[in-house]
Amino acid sequence: MAITRDDVLHVAKLAELGLTEEEIERLQQQLNAILEAVGKVSELALDDVPPTSHPLSVVNVFGADEPRPSLPLEDVFANAPAREDDLFRVPPSA
Amino acid sequence: MIDTLRITAEEALGLVERGEVSPAELHAAYREAIAERDEELHCYLTLVDAPDGAASIPIALKDIIGTKGVRTTAGSKILDDYVPVYDATVAQRCKDAGLSLLGKTNLDEFAMGSSTENSAYGPSRNPWDTTRVPGGSGGGSAAAVSAGLAPWALGSDTGGSIKQPSALCGNVGLRPTYGTVSRYGVVAFASSLDQIGPVTKTVRDNARLYRIISGRDPCDSTTVDVPPVEIPEAEDLNGVRVGIARELNEAEGIEPGVDAAVRRAIDLAAELGAEIDACELPRSVEYGLPCYYLIAPAEASSNLARYDGVRYALRREADGGDYYDMVARTRDAGFGDEPKRRIMLGTYALSAGYYEAFYGQAQKVRTVISREFAAAFERFDVLLSPTSPTVAFKLGEKTENPLAMYLADVLTIPPNMAGLPGLSIPCGLSEGLPVGLQLIGPQFSENTLFRVGHALERALGFDTVPERLR
Repeated sequence: MAITRDDVLHVAKLAELGLTEEEIERLQQQLNAILEAVGKVSELALDDVPPTSHPLSVVNVFGADEPRPSLPLEDVFANAPAREDDLFRVPPSA
Repeated sequence: MIDTLRITAEEALGLVERGEVSPAELHAAYREAIAERDEELHCYLTLVDAPDGAASIPIALKDIIGTKGVRTTAGSKILDDYVPVYDATVAQRCKDAGLSLLGKTNLDEFAMGSSTENSAYGPSRNPWDTTRVPGGSGGGSAAAVSAGLAPWALGSDTGGSIKQPSALCGNVGLRPTYGTVSRYGVVAFASSLDQIGPVTKTVRDNARLYRIISGRDPCDSTTVDVPPVEIPEAEDLNGVRVGIARELNEAEGIEPGVDAAVRRAIDLAAELGAEIDACELPRSVEYGLPCYYLIAPAEASSNLARYDGVRYALRREADGGDYYDMVARTRDAGFGDEPKRRIMLGTYALSAGYYEAFYGQAQKVRTVISREFAAAFERFDVLLSPTSPTVAFKLGEKTENPLAMYLADVLTIPPNMAGLPGLSIPCGLSEGLPVGLQLIGPQFSENTLFRVGHALERALGFDTVPERLR
C-alpha cells in the first residue's frame, strides 16, 4: 500500500496544507517509510479487544450551568490578523 | 553570592522564607547566570523581568504553556507573535504560589521531537557537552535547570518530552498520571497523551512543584482529584516491590554504558531493601512506538487544524487569492517540517478507507498495552528501566532520519500510552554523559515514585552539576 504522489496531494488537500514541489517529493518518501514501520500494528489479531480513546475511565463530566463573563472583545481580537468591526476578516471563500 | 548551579529549589525557598535573600535578588541571580551562559545553550526564547512584589522563587516555563501578556510560540513560526490574553491554569497556579516567571524555554516545534532541533528558533545545547542535544521536546527546560539558569521548570510530555530531556541533561523529570495536571491554556499536541510536569534538580523539588500544579481544574474536564502529595523523606526501600520488565531493559539500541548504570541502580535498590523480580511486557515495547506514531499524529492533525490564519497568529495571502488559498499558504509558511510530516501522517491515518486499519487498530493496541502494565502492577509497585536507550547524541546526528529520531522515545512511550506516571532520575554517567533511570508506577502512584526516586537519589549521590561547569 505504497503512498503515491496523488495520495500526498489528496491528503495535503484534506489537511489544507500548501506544499512545495520539493516537500511533496520528500513527504512521499518519508510517509512511505513511516507507514511501513507503524503498519506493524496490523500484525496483531485484536478483533475482540475494545479500543482505548482515553487513558482514564472518566465519563460525563458536567460543569455547573452558571453564566460567566466571556473574554472582552478587545482581548478576543488582540491577536487577529485582520479585523472588521467585531468580525474576523478573511478573503472571500468563492 | 547565590550559586545557581548548586542551589536546589527547596534551598532557594528556604533562603527566601528566612529572609536571607529577597525574591528579587534571587530572580536577578538567575538572570545573571542566563546572561553568562544562555548565549551558548539557547535555553530561553523569551525572558521576563521580575514582577513587582514577587513572593517566592522564580520558575521557567516551556514555551508551550500560555502566559498572559508574554509571547508564547510553541517553538513555531506560526505563533511567532502570539501573545496569550489569559494564563494557562498551570501558569496561574505558579503565580498563586508566588513563583516569578523567569522566561519561556525552547522546545521542538509543537513539542514534536526529541532533540529541540525541530524548534523554528534553533536548537538548545546540552550543558554537559554543547556539541550534543539536550533531548526534547522540552530540551530548553531541562538544560536550563541543569545549567543553573532556573531553579526548576515545567515541561510537557506526550511521548517522552519531559522524561527524555531530563535523562539526557541529568536532572529529575516527572510525567504525571494523565488527568492530574490541567492542560487548560497549553498549546495542544495530542490530547489523549499530553501532560504537564515538573523538571527539577532533586526528587523532593519535583514533589514540591507537582504539589503546586496538580489537581482538578474546572476548565479542563479531563482532570481528576489527586491524592495529597507527600514530600519524600524515607531513605530505605523496605517492602517496595520492584519489577524489571525484560523488554524495557533489553530493547535493541540500549547502549552498554546505559545498561550498566541502570543495573547498578537496580542493585542499589536491592541493597536498600527492595524486592526485585523480573517481569514481561511482551507487546507493549514492540508495538508501543508504532501505536504512538499513529495516535499522536492523528490527534495532532486535528489539534493543528486551528492554525488557519483566521483568529490569531500568522496569516499569508496572495493578491486575489480566496479563503482556501490563504489557509493553505498560511500553513505552508508557518509550519516546519516535523509538524507537516505529522499532520500528513495523521490525516492519512484518519482518512476514509484507512481509519480502521491504522487509527482504529492503534487504539486497540493501546488497550493491550494498558492491560499488560495492569498485570505487571498486580505484582509490583514500580518498574525500573532506562529512560532513554542512549546518552545525549550529537546535534545533527538524527535530523535527516525521522524514524531514527522517533526511536529516542521507545522506552518512554509504552507507559505513556497507558496514562501512567513516570519519573526519570539521573543514575550515573556513561562516556561522561548522564544516564536516566525511568521509574514507572500505576496511575496515581506519584507518591510511590517520589519515595523510590528519593531513596535511590540519596544512595546514588549523583552530582547534577555538569562537569564542565563545576
